[in-house]
Parts: sequence; C-alpha cells; structure tokens
Amino acid sequence: MAEFEYFEPKDLREAFGLLAAYGSEAAILAGGTDLLVKIKEEIYEPRYVVNIKRIPGLRYIIYDEEGLRMGALTLFRDITRSDLIRDKYPALFSAAQRMGSPLIRNLATLGGNLIQSSPSADSAPPLLVYSAQVKLVSSRGERTIPLEDFFLGPGKNARSPDEVMTEIQLPAPDGQVKSSFRKLSRRKGTDLAMVNIAAMLMLDSSDGWCADIKIALGAVAPVPMRAKKAERTLVGKKLDLSVIREAALTAQKEAAPISDVRASAEYRLDMVRVLTEKVISDLLNS
Amino acid sequence: MKHPITLDINGERYEIAVEPDDILVDVIREHLDLTGTKKSCGSGECGSCTVLMDGLPVPSCLILALDARGKKITTIEGLSKGGHLHPLQRAFVEKGAIQCGFCTPGMILAAKALLDENPAPGEEEIRTAISGNLCRCTGYKKIIEAIETVQK
Repeated sequence: MAEFEYFEPKDLREAFGLLAAYGSEAAILAGGTDLLVKIKEEIYEPRYVVNIKRIPGLRYIIYDEEGLRMGALTLFRDITRSDLIRDKYPALFSAAQRMGSPLIRNLATLGGNLIQSSPSADSAPPLLVYSAQVKLVSSRGERTIPLEDFFLGPGKNARSPDEVMTEIQLPAPDGQVKSSFRKLSRRKGTDLAMVNIAAMLMLDSSDGWCADIKIALGAVAPVPMRAKKAERTLVGKKLDLSVIREAALTAQKEAAPISDVRASAEYRLDMVRVLTEKVISDLLNS
Repeated sequence: MKHPITLDINGERYEIAVEPDDILVDVIREHLDLTGTKKSCGSGECGSCTVLMDGLPVPSCLILALDARGKKITTIEGLSKGGHLHPLQRAFVEKGAIQCGFCTPGMILAAKALLDENPAPGEEEIRTAISGNLCRCTGYKKIIEAIETVQK
C-alpha cells in the first residue's frame, strides 16, 4: 500500500492547520469505508491522512423549530436509529437503511458520503429533496452552501482542500409533506444503486392537487440531480395516472446515465421512468 | 515510521508498533496470531473480517490499526470463556449452521451484536443484521435458525 503520514488532530483548529499546510495532498479520514478502499486499490494515494474522528462535537442530530442539524460525523447507523429522522425525514431514514451494510453503516458518516460525491450516493436524493445545506469550515472562515451547488461531477465537489464539512442542515418540514425513497439495486444488501430516487410532496389540503413536489435522482447523471422539469409538470395539477406518467417521461429526458457494470444506460433510463411513477404513487398512497 | 500503540482485544492489552498503513485485520491475524477473523474481499463487502469495536460489528479490513487505538475490540476468539462455547457458537454447531466455517466468525459476531441490542429479534431483523455477511455454503437458513434459538 502507498505510504502516508497519519495525524489525529484533537480539535478543528489543529485540523485546519494540517489541511492548510498539506492541502490537496491530504485526505480526511472519517468512516474510511470509501477512503480505505481507494487507498488499498491505489486509486487514491494521499501523502497525508488526517483522521478527524477524535475531534469532539461533530457527531449529533439536533432538531428545533428551524429544522435539523446533523454533525458531519453522524453515522448512517445513527440515522437508522433516530425516531426523529424516521418521522420527520422518512426518505433520509429509508436511504440510510439501504446504504451499504450494517457493518459499513457502523463506520460510514453522512459527511463522508457527501464528500465522496458519488453520483449514486444514497443520502443525496433525500437530502436534495429536503433542500439540504452543508457547512464548510476552514481557518479562513465558514460558509454554508446548498447541497445542490456542492456536487460538481463524479467524485468532485465544491469543497476547497483546506475545508472540513462540519454540518448538514435541513429546514423543518412543512406539516403536511410526505416523502419517499427508493433504491433499485441488483442485491438487497451491500450494493450500489442502479438508480435511486427521492421525492417530497405537499398536497393542497382542500382539493388534493399538488402544491409542491421535489424529485431527486441518483446514479443517472454525473451528479445527484433534481428532476426540475418533471417537478414543474406536476405543480398545480391533480396527480392522476396520466399526469404522473407524463412527469415520469419528463424525468427520463432529464437523466443522462452511463452504462457500467451494474446496468446499461438504456435500462437506467427505463427505470427512471418506472421509479418516478412508483415513488409518486408511494407518496399518494401513504 | 512505526507508531507504538496499545490495542485492547478480547480484554487483553497488546503493545505493538504499527505503520500508518497497517490495516486492523492484518494486525489481528499476522501480528497477534488471532486468525479466527478472516480476510476475503478486502473492501468491506463480504463480512468475513467482522470484529466488534466498542460492541458494534465493523469490517476490520477498512480500519487502520492506528484508528483502533482506545477501542474495545472483540474477535471471535473472545466469545468462548474457559473452553466453554458461547450460546451462539453452540447454536451454530447444533443447528448445522456451519459448513466450511469461513463466514462463521463474522456471522456470530454480527449476531452477538444484534442480540446485545435486541434480545428477541424477529426473522427480518436477523436477516438485516447479517446482511453484511456473505455465506457461500449454507443458503443462510440454518444460520438464521441458529440465531433465532438464542434468546438472551
């Protein structure tokens, strides 16, 4: 395996100093479930590994009237055991249950999943429909940006080499919203998505037409993406079968999948259509 | 450069020196001769390298030895006491849940962690708990039955 120097900063200030000094030659180690694989397979050969898990105060799930704040070191395990997230952000809860395996979920962090910026990251579609923001901090200061602006390409994101993601923020859900997540994979456990999808729906209470809907797709584009054209075909309409079908076809046109070992592009496109219909039906039937 | 560390494994403290890129599963198997923990995929997907870290089952092939400092590690060797099998081990033997045995240490540790958290799991909960451990021999049925018979 490649050689690297290893550091365990005891606080953020120490981490910032290391990242400022070593910049893009340093890898941040959180759960390690992606980083260790890349290092072992020599896909990534950092000269410095900065383990941030000993830094206190980065693993929490806090909810108040403004919404949810999760520390970047929150484990997927933590999410699957949070009644609060199960009740208020069910799409994120479902995604966490389907990510990896129980063993991986005991190590993998939410921040790490976002930093790896895989197009198929299971946490991304739910966080996108919930309008998540991420906080990035360095010795130069801090900034909070929409998750939508964070992903830039496969494995690429807006984080500067000296920044640490410290928190993921979600606004409080509007009382009547429903949300759902689906992941299509070859195996039920420990498999990357061929397509994953999340949707959040707010129905107008009096008449049952769609007041607002957000749909996000993963594994079908260079980044996890919102299907905004599909969304626009649904807002203000009664969600009957033909409207849903039209939205699914629109979502299909917005996706740009590749063929890989898990699925062909053609199959993925077809499944975008199928899953969009299914996830909207989930919301109407729940 | 070697870092001296102390690892707490099965209640014993091991003072060793490790390189930054030494992986926990290799240290356990090679330095410490605890070969009950197996190595297979090396990428955290098969579960054969499962150990308990502070009670939680994790893939030791994805953990740097340095990162295990200060954690309580339990390997399969830590389950039997004074030559007496742990109830899970006995159940696996009695139910025919062991064929080649390669997945067994990981399966038993994943099951132990489940029972520590949920003493009377249903079949779905058992299936989920072992969903990170692959078995090529048994088809899982006897493994699930063995775990079902062990109630805390």
